[in-house]
Order: sequence, then C-alpha cells, then structure tokens
Amino acid sequence: MTTSALPPLTRKDFQTDQEVRWCPGCGDYAILAAVQSVFPELGVRRENFVVVSGIGCSSRFPYYMNTYGFHTIHGRAPAVATGIKIAHPELEVWMATGDGDALAIGGNHTIHMLRRNVGIKVLLFNNRIYGLTKGQYSPTSEFQKITKSTPYGSADRPFNPVSLAIGAEATFVARSVDIFQAHLKDTLRAAAAHRGSAFVEILQNCNIFNDGAWTGLTEKDARSEHVIQLEHGKPLVFGKNRDKGVRRKPDGDIEVVALGNGISESDLIVHDAHHPRPSYAFLLSHMEVRPGFPTPIGVLRAWDDLPRYEDVVNGQVAGIIQQKGPGDLSKLLRGGDVWEVK
Amino acid sequence: MSTLTDIPSSKTKREVLEQAVIRFAGDSGDGMQITGSQFTNTVALYGNDIATFPDYPAEIRAPAGTIPGVSGFQLHFSSAEVYTPGDAVDVLVAMNPAALKVNVADLKPNGILIVNSDSFEESDLRKAHVTVNPLEDNSLDKFRVFPVELQRLTRTALQNLGLDAKSMDRCKNFFALGMCYWLYNRSMDPTVRWIDDKFNKKPLLAEANKLAMQAGYSYCEATEAFQISYEIPPAQLTPGTYRNLSGNQALALGFVAASQKSGLKLFLGSYPITPASDILHELSKYKNFGVLTFQAEDEIAAITSAIGAAYSGALALTTTSGPGMALKTEALGLAVATELPLVVCDIQRGGPSTGLPTKTEQADLLQALFGRNSEAPIPVLAAATPGDCFWIAMEASRIAVKYMVPVIILSDGYLANGAEPWRIPTPQEIPAIPVKFETNPDGFFPYRRDPNTLARPWAIPGTAGLEHRIGGLEKQETTGNVNYEPLNHEKMVRMRAAKVEAVRQDIPNVMPTGDPEGDLLLVSWGSTYGSVTQAVKAQRAKGRKIGHLHLRYLNPLPGNVGEVLKRYRRVLVPELNMGQLLWLLRAKYLVDAVGLNKIQGRPFKQNELEQKIEEVLGL
Repeated sequence: MTTSALPPLTRKDFQTDQEVRWCPGCGDYAILAAVQSVFPELGVRRENFVVVSGIGCSSRFPYYMNTYGFHTIHGRAPAVATGIKIAHPELEVWMATGDGDALAIGGNHTIHMLRRNVGIKVLLFNNRIYGLTKGQYSPTSEFQKITKSTPYGSADRPFNPVSLAIGAEATFVARSVDIFQAHLKDTLRAAAAHRGSAFVEILQNCNIFNDGAWTGLTEKDARSEHVIQLEHGKPLVFGKNRDKGVRRKPDGDIEVVALGNGISESDLIVHDAHHPRPSYAFLLSHMEVRPGFPTPIGVLRAWDDLPRYEDVVNGQVAGIIQQKGPGDLSKLLRGGDVWEVK
Repeated sequence: MSTLTDIPSSKTKREVLEQAVIRFAGDSGDGMQITGSQFTNTVALYGNDIATFPDYPAEIRAPAGTIPGVSGFQLHFSSAEVYTPGDAVDVLVAMNPAALKVNVADLKPNGILIVNSDSFEESDLRKAHVTVNPLEDNSLDKFRVFPVELQRLTRTALQNLGLDAKSMDRCKNFFALGMCYWLYNRSMDPTVRWIDDKFNKKPLLAEANKLAMQAGYSYCEATEAFQISYEIPPAQLTPGTYRNLSGNQALALGFVAASQKSGLKLFLGSYPITPASDILHELSKYKNFGVLTFQAEDEIAAITSAIGAAYSGALALTTTSGPGMALKTEALGLAVATELPLVVCDIQRGGPSTGLPTKTEQADLLQALFGRNSEAPIPVLAAATPGDCFWIAMEASRIAVKYMVPVIILSDGYLANGAEPWRIPTPQEIPAIPVKFETNPDGFFPYRRDPNTLARPWAIPGTAGLEHRIGGLEKQETTGNVNYEPLNHEKMVRMRAAKVEAVRQDIPNVMPTGDPEGDLLLVSWGSTYGSVTQAVKAQRAKGRKIGHLHLRYLNPLPGNVGEVLKRYRRVLVPELNMGQLLWLLRAKYLVDAVGLNKIQGRPFKQNELEQKIEEVLGL
C-alpha cells in the first residue's frame, strides 16, 4: 500500500471507460454521481478503494467506478467484503447491493456483517422490485403488490431495511433518497466517517418495473409533509411550514403533534444519533408505517465506540505475536512429543 | 513419580511379537478416544510404526450403554512397516455389553478380551438388547476372557481422594489403559506427562487418573492375570525425527508451512462441520504465524470470505465436508471465473445429505471434478496417508498461486482422524513457494496471461495504477472487461480448461509400485492407499504379478497414466464409493477396468482386497 502524499483527486478520476448500462432514467445514475463526487473528498488514495457488489442492477456499480472492484455472486458481497477487510483492514471497502441481493438471498450475510461491525460501507439501493430479472416483487415490496410473480398481489409483509439493520445491532444506520443529491452526499460523507459497518438505505426509483416506487416521498409537494430529516442535536420537526413535530408520550411511545397552541420545538424529541438504547433508533425507523407519521431520512444511529471486527481479529494476531514472538516453523513442526529414529 | 513409571520385573512370561492390533470400545462417555490416543502416542514414541482407526458415533452422547452409543479406537502397532489399522484385533477392551456385542466379531480366535464385569448387570444387558449374559453362556469360549471389575477396583484405588462416585468412575478407562501398558510392557511416562498437562488446573483429577492407571498396571502385576506379556520392538523407519500426526493436524501444519514459504498471510474461512472442524481448531491456535481464521455464518460465507481474502492477496483456504462442498459450488465457479488462488479441503464423509457424519467414504470425487454449473474445471488432489496431508496442503497451495486457480484437496474421515508416525521434514526439505504480485502499470491488463502457465496476474488492491474490476460475468480476453461475444466466450472457456491442463507439465509422472507390468494393476486414490499397499504386498508374496498405481493428482491426471494402464492384463480399481475413479478411467482411457466398491462408512479390510484380487485373476 502506498503511503506517500495524496494526489488531488476529482470526480473524473473515479469514472471508468465502460459504458453505463442502466436504463435511461434509472435512479442508479444519481447514486453513481453522488458516490463519484464524494470519493475524491475522503482523503483516501484511489488504489485503496475496493467496491464490492452482489448481483442485480445495483451490483453493476463496481464496473463504473475506477477503483478496485469485485462484482461477486448473488447475496454474497458482505462475505467477500468481510474477507477483504480481515485480510487488509486498511482498505476502504464499499459495497453496492439491492433489496433482493441484501435482504433476500443475502439476508444472512447482511445481518452477520452488521453484528460483527466489519468496517464496510453498505449502499443498499432499495427500489422495492427485482429489476434485472424483469419485475418480480422483492422483500421490500409493499403487501399485496401486483407484479409478474404475484398477479393477484404478494402475500408477504415487507422488511424495513433500517429496522432490520438496527435489529442486527448495526453501529451506523442511515437512509437517503436517490434524487436528494445534497442529502445523499451528506449521508455518504457521514457513512465514510464511520469506522465500523455503515448501513445506508437509498430509496431509489426503477422507472421500468416499479416507477414511482417512492413518489409519496419524492414529489415536490409531498416531500416536506411526508419526510422528516433527522439531524443530530436538532428537534424532530417536519411539514412544509415546519409546523409539525414528533414528541415522546408519557408511556414512552411517540406521537405527531402540531406546533403552536402551547406546543413548541422544546417539547419535541431532540435527535440523538448516539442514543445508546436500541429502542430509540428502532422507534424512529418504524414511524413511517403508522398513519400520520413521516418517513425518516438521515442518520438514525451512529454508535462510535464499538471496535471493528477486522481490528479485533488482527489485534489478536498482533498481541499473540508480541506475547509469543513470531512463529517458528521448525519448532511448530516439532511440536508435541517427538522421537528420533537412527 | 518413579514408582509409577518404572516397569517392575515380572515373574510372568514375556513374548516378542512383530505386531499387534488393539481396540478400545466403550460408551461415548467412557473416554475411549482418549484412551486409544494415549496408547497410540506411547507406542509411537517408543518407535513402533502405527496406524489408527477412531470410530465414533455422530451423537455426542447417545443413551449410555446402548448400541448407538458405542465408540471405538483401533490401533495397529508394529516393528515392521504398517499400512492399515488391521482387519482383526488381538486385544479387545470392552467397557460394556453393547461395546462387546458390536466389536467381538472382529476379535481373533484366542484373542485377549478384557471386559468390565461391573457393567454386565441385568439392566446393562437390557440396554444393549442382550438377553443372556455373554460372560456366562460360553459364547466367548474361543477367546481368552479377562473379566475385571473395573468400576470397583478403580473406586478402591481412589477411595482416599475424597472424590464422588461419578468422578471416580470416569477414571476407569485409565485403569484399563494401565492394564494394557502392562500387557505390552510400555512405560506410563508419556501419559503421566499428558495427564499433568491436561489437568494442570485440576490437580485432584490429575492425581485420580494417574492413580487409576497405576492401579490397572499394578493389578496385572500383582494378580498375574495374564500369565504372559508382550514386547513389540521398535520399527526400522527412515532415520529422522518423528511425531505422531493425524490427517487434519497435518493439513493445518501444511498450510502454515505454505504460508511461511510463500510469504503470504494465511486466511481460513470455515464453518464447523464433521469431520473437518479440527483443521479450524488447529489453525486458530497459530496466530503467532499471522494466521487469520474466520468462523463464518455459513459454508457460503466461509468460501466467499476466502475468495475476498485471495483477491486482496492472502493465501486463502476454506475447509469443509461433502454437504458444505455442495453449498460452496456456486462460489467455486466464481473463483474459476475470476481466476483467483484458493484451496478448498473436502474431508469426505458418508452421504448423501447428512449421511454418516463421522464415517469415512470417497464419494465426492466426481463432485470435486464436475460439481459446478457449466464448464468449470478445477485441479483436484487427494492425500494418501495422514502424514501426506501435509505435503498435499503445500502442493495445492503452490498450484493455486502459480496458476491462479482454485484447487480442491480431497481427504476423508479416515485420514482426518487416523494417525501415523510422521517424519518431520528439515527446513531445507520444505520447498519455497514463489509468489509475485503484479505492480507494474505499464501494459497491465487483468487477464493478460503468462505464456507458460496461462495464469493471469495477481494485482491486489492497494497497488497504484492497477485499479481494475473483476467478477462472475464473462470477460473479454486480456482486458477482462465484461463481454458477451460468442467467440470470446468459447475462447475463455477453453482457456480456463487449458490452464488447468497446463498444471500437468508441473506434476510428476506416476510410477507403479510392485511389478512394473503383469497380470493385474490396482489403481487407488486417497485413503485406500494403505490397505491396497498391504494387500498387493501380500499377494505378490504369493508370486502374483501385480502392480499398484496410487494417484495423488486426480485432475489433471499425470501424463503417463494411460500408458501405465496398458502394461497390465487387468485393471482393478478399489474405492469406497460406487466406482467414481473407475468411471473416469474407463471414460478417459477406454480401459476395461473393474471395480471393488464398498460403501459401508468403513475402510477396506486387507482380506476383502485380496479376495477380489484373486477373483479377478481367476484364482
């Protein structure tokens, strides 16, 4: 790994000569643009970036990033990325995945990567549909969704990706939206600054198989009424006129209140991304399914004090080497009871 | 400890023998595996050649005293070279009626049978589904039976230690071990050292086990029960320093050696599975060699994490058994397509499905060769003996990094748990494994190939100027860019196959042992090496013109196999499967070979092989 002074990098340095093969109008273009514009800011040499993906539209991502890249197999990107991080903790590993890749076939790897707190930045492109296989419902599709494989409506209740990540004890959990470029970039920067697993759900539109996947949140008029932007240390306010907020009830639950009439911002919950109790972030992550509540975006949780898996593993190795001295092969082979034959 | 370890002079007769086979059998909770391995270690240290066969149930503790709970450990030790654990046993130690029932058929006529007579009560017999007490119905008349009250005598020996009855009873296997040490005139020193080490935090238990062993030894001395004891002189092995080594231990050491000799960090991704888990246990101890072990969430994560480690420049390894191999197949295809070095150990067991988790079988050969979608050839190597596992690990690592390919090693339950004396190589005897990471950006392409090996460059993340993308999609030759053109695909498929074929230039031709031409050639692979060697030896001693070809490389096959097959009138392929190598040889060399196939979860017996040889020869 090179350690000399970092050359200045631009967005162009992260573009490849490969033709981008997403459908015109796909939300993935916006995510690619945001990542390519944030990477040069991170103070990481280009050769130290590794972008790993699974299978699906989103997983073509590495081909368009001029870094080291590994387009693996369906669902297994977290495990491949974990192997890379254990063997080389100094590498900056980002993962591109989708709702099917990360939550269906790769659900097991996703939760184990998060609970281990491997230092991988996870970008989960959530378009609530299988795009590359042409339109089957996914683990995040809404209940009774009509798709090619569910002509009479899906029978599954969907996963909420951020709730799942919080339940898996992820140390950093955030959500953003493909077309909210400024917010998306801020969220990527926050994820990059986190040392452990950083899980970012990106709400993304599939204009071919699930157009309007997030219209209720992304339409100009709907946006401020239905989305609440979480900011650490700031009260939970939303609404076109910033006239609504989220308040704790005496029983510990939360409620949406109108500001005014004796209710002010000081009565609202002040967002604490470092809140140590799991229930806090979980409660926020679950708001959107309740009538009248907004969908939260931003950083739901950022726990900072937990060691990264790859550092613990490599720390153990370093500690044992310090304690016992580096291994001596001849001694190892002669370990245990030996005898001489003359 | 001198009173404990000195071998007292005895008034009984001492007879010198060339070899003996002893089997310890009891309940899974009786400590038979420990008893057997202690006896093994002691005779190995003394200088005997050995082969062992631990045979235990899949259940950790089946109901005590029942047939499914019987656990056995067989040891063949000798002053001559030993290749198998032996067909029939000279001494059987049976801790209960179930162990007796399961094992007595293998005891030689006039063999010594030591039974724990305290466990032949009405209720013990019932648990083993035995109606008449075999100690009382003359059914054991053809053996020399020694009923010993192991439980009562052990309790008497330990009565002053203040242990509860259960703890005292758990020492009775050491009483039996002490008796066997007396019977074969062996020092108790190595076991005393082992006990002191094992129980160093529980001195009372250490004392109890030592006392029990001594009591067993003294019991034989005092009662002169056996009238006779035996002496088996040391074997004439190749000079050198030896240790006792099991197949799984040998694999672990082999990979550490490969790591040291290649200068690559060793990464093991693994998920626990019988009978492969011991490799994970062993390697997780060697952190001061920089070994990284990762117990993954499943078999798929185990191999894909290893692929990630390989991509970033580690010597990457994953270990499993048949069911785990099945789960890894898609990822193996990824390793083939991305042309990354990876070693996969399949410690075979009886199948299909969960099958016989603790029993041996050789039925994953065709899975290793062909068990992937599309055309995805992989080099396959198989170890012949427990000690050979060390060299196979080194060789697989060498091929993987030199040719940038995944390599499969086939071992099995018998090699994994069986042990043999292993001559420890000197540092000079262990070859270096040269590795070169690509660093030069001039003219770099991720799929530009070395003209001799056809290997692509190993360009690892962190290297400036070599940023590139790889993946499971078909790639354009040289550039590695995604490419779906028909002719390019055919070229790449043939290229990946040619690369595996290129390994042949780098592996030795085979040389049959025994007669270089003649009436019959036996072709074997894997753990049947020992039994086939012994059978061929015995048959040649009777004047038969037989050769033996043992294959360590199954893909690619060594260059002269076809020529060797033609030198014999008949070809016999004994395998612990339905005839997988047989199928391969018939298909590849159009040879009218016949098989001897056993699928019982157990190794071949020498006489099974000899009978078949005689049948094929028309005798």
